[in-house]
Amino acid sequence: MSKEEVIILDCSLSPFCNRVKIALSEKGVSYESKEEDLFGSKGGKSELLLKSNPIYKKVPVLLHNGKPLNESSIIVSYIDETWPSSSPLLPSSPYERAQARFWIDYIDKKVFDVGSKIWRSNGEEQEEAKKELIEILKQLEEALGDKDFFGGEKFGIVDVIAIPFTSWFYAYEKVGNFKVEECCPKFSAWEKRCLQKDTVSSVLPCPDKIYNFITSMRKNLGLE
Amino acid sequence: MADEVKILDFWPSMFGMRVRVALAEKGVGYECIEEDLSNKSPLLLQMNPIHKKIPVLIHNGKPICESAIIVEYIDEFWNDRAPLLPSDPYERAQARFWVDFIDKKLYGSVRKIYGGKGEEQEEGKKEMMEILKELEKVLGEKDYFGGECFGVLDVSLVGFSTWFGGLESVGNFSIETECPKLVSWAKRCSEKESVSKSLPDSNKISEFIVQFRKKIVG
Repeated sequence: MSKEEVIILDCSLSPFCNRVKIALSEKGVSYESKEEDLFGSKGGKSELLLKSNPIYKKVPVLLHNGKPLNESSIIVSYIDETWPSSSPLLPSSPYERAQARFWIDYIDKKVFDVGSKIWRSNGEEQEEAKKELIEILKQLEEALGDKDFFGGEKFGIVDVIAIPFTSWFYAYEKVGNFKVEECCPKFSAWEKRCLQKDTVSSVLPCPDKIYNFITSMRKNLGLE
Repeated sequence: MADEVKILDFWPSMFGMRVRVALAEKGVGYECIEEDLSNKSPLLLQMNPIHKKIPVLIHNGKPICESAIIVEYIDEFWNDRAPLLPSDPYERAQARFWVDFIDKKLYGSVRKIYGGKGEEQEEGKKEMMEILKELEKVLGEKDYFGGECFGVLDVSLVGFSTWFGGLESVGNFSIETECPKLVSWAKRCSEKESVSKSLPDSNKISEFIVQFRKKIVG
């Protein structure tokens, strides 16, 4: 019997890579992670990355038995479809699947870009970005409603997609001088609930690491 | 029980066209409600409060937004005929990748062509041709992106072909010269009834683009 080979071209701080690893963990699938040098301090992006993702040259890339898959949300759907027997991540009804995909698209369009504006700026620009992020999180709180997870009683695809961004919140909070929990307590409660899962906590980096990364980036940009 | 299917649409929109073509492929009847985008209806604002955009599919009163998501919904709900997505997970991921590629890249360059002048317009033309050439590579020697059968990528791109003539005229260039394969793919698609009855006349789109450009650029 041939062995499945699952490799992720990775960046440990990237929420896009981390959602893929959480999805694999949820499915009980073993994988090998190859950390990419995205900032060129050790020779830059690997030949394998450039060959596997010629269009965007970005991580994550999933290599499943040598075949490359790109774009993290597409990879997560692929994982759900390829290993369907254990814990389905997508709901079963077409309407609920469309709703899940809508929120994935919303999260992907908004959260990271707005969060990045917070640490890439100071003063008024930063205040605007903070306000925008809070509005986005409040929108997500509405979508969550009274459910434990976006997936309902169980951790689902929207939870997988969203939770890795929260490891960046500590850095945003320190730089922007605010607390997500004060503005969006429901969201914070959901975050804590997710972090209790091994599949999540074993993947996500320590928020301090991300804060240190952001601090050095801000210094390079002349913001501190 | 009869299905009630409505689309909130704007007739020149490539994104709205995807939904009409997908429903036509599935043989599903629908009512099309034309939106005035300068004066959006209460129904649109209620059905798509987050983005306030068309198209919106309203199926038995329930809204589905974002054209790529709507097309997958149509494929999954009416799953007993004309499958749009391949059945193999890897091929599905590839199809989704290319739909996402079109969504990320194409409209931005199109906007520069019909809405830009001088260098911006030249940039838009260059970008768009690069995107179309990349898509020609994906098409290869196949009749359709879906292979022998019309698939999700065909559905997602075919509406854009109605914009070719108008963009060529405002941009003063020829798409056929550099992407003959794509142009012949578009002709092949237009021979399908689901496409020809769903898409607006290209001449009307060209007129629309010329008028729209006048409003933006003067």
